[in-house]
Amino acid sequence: MKAHLSRRYLFSASHRLHSGAMSPQENQATYGKCNNPYGHGHNYIVELTVSGQVDEKTGMVCNLTVLDSFVEREVLARFDHENLNTLPEFAQEVPTTENLCIQIYEIVHRGFAQAHLERVRLEETMMNSFEYTG
Amino acid sequence: MVYLTRKAEFSASHYYHNPDFTPEENLRVFGKCNNPNGHGHNYTLEVTVKGEVDPRSGFVVDLKHLKEVMQRDVLEAMDHRFLNKEVPEFIHRIPTTENIAIAIWQRLVSKLETAKLHRIRVYETPDLFVDFYGEP
Repeated sequence: MKAHLSRRYLFSASHRLHSGAMSPQENQATYGKCNNPYGHGHNYIVELTVSGQVDEKTGMVCNLTVLDSFVEREVLARFDHENLNTLPEFAQEVPTTENLCIQIYEIVHRGFAQAHLERVRLEETMMNSFEYTG
Repeated sequence: MVYLTRKAEFSASHYYHNPDFTPEENLRVFGKCNNPNGHGHNYTLEVTVKGEVDPRSGFVVDLKHLKEVMQRDVLEAMDHRFLNKEVPEFIHRIPTTENIAIAIWQRLVSKLETAKLHRIRVYETPDLFVDFYGEP
C-alpha cells in the first residue's frame, strides 16, 4: 500500500532580499525592511513529504535514517547558519523563501532515490510558509 | 464537499523487528528502534472525513458518532498498549507509523455512516508523520 511520510527539520540562516535588476528605490518599495543592507535571519522549518509503497519487510516507505542523513548532508549542512546571499545557489537569484523552497526541492528530487518526493513545504516564520511540488 | 478532521491522542510502545532478518540485519535496518524491550511515543491521530453537508443537520458527519467509533475501535485497542504484543495487526506486522496509519484506516473505513474516510494522519512525534489515503 502507498503511504506518504513527512519529516520536519530546522535550520537557521540569514538573507537579504535585493535584486540587481532593480533600482535602490524599487528594491526598497518591493522588499521593504527585508531590503535592509546587512540582512536578517530566520529559523526555517523544512517539511519534506515523500511517498511510496510500504515495504513488507520493514513496514517503511523509506528508511528514516537514510532520509535524515541525506537531508543533514545535502540540505542542512549547506544552509544552516549561513548567509544565503553568499552561497553559489543564490549568486543569480534573490534568496526569497520561494526560491529557497525550489532549491531544496531540486536537491532532494535529484539526490534522494529511496522514495518519491511529493512536496517541500518551507516555513519562514510561524506565519509564513511556502510549498513546491515540482 | 466539505472535509472534517477530528484529532485524538494515544500513547503506546513498540519496537521494530523482522524475524526473517538476522539480529545484525535488524540492528542495521532499525537501529535503536530494534531494542526488544520497546520504547514509547505520544501519538497524535487525525481522522479526516469528507462528504456533502446534510441540509437538515448542517453536518458532514455526526461528530459524536465519529468520536465514539474512534474511541472504541482505535483508542481502546491502542492507547497505553505495547503494540507488538497487544494489537492483533502487529503480531506479525511491524508497527511502524506507516503500518499504524494503514491499520487505523482499515479499522475505521467501514464504520462511518454518512461521510467517507479521506485521510488518516498519524504523528509519531511533532516532526514525523504519515498520511494514508487508502491507496493500494
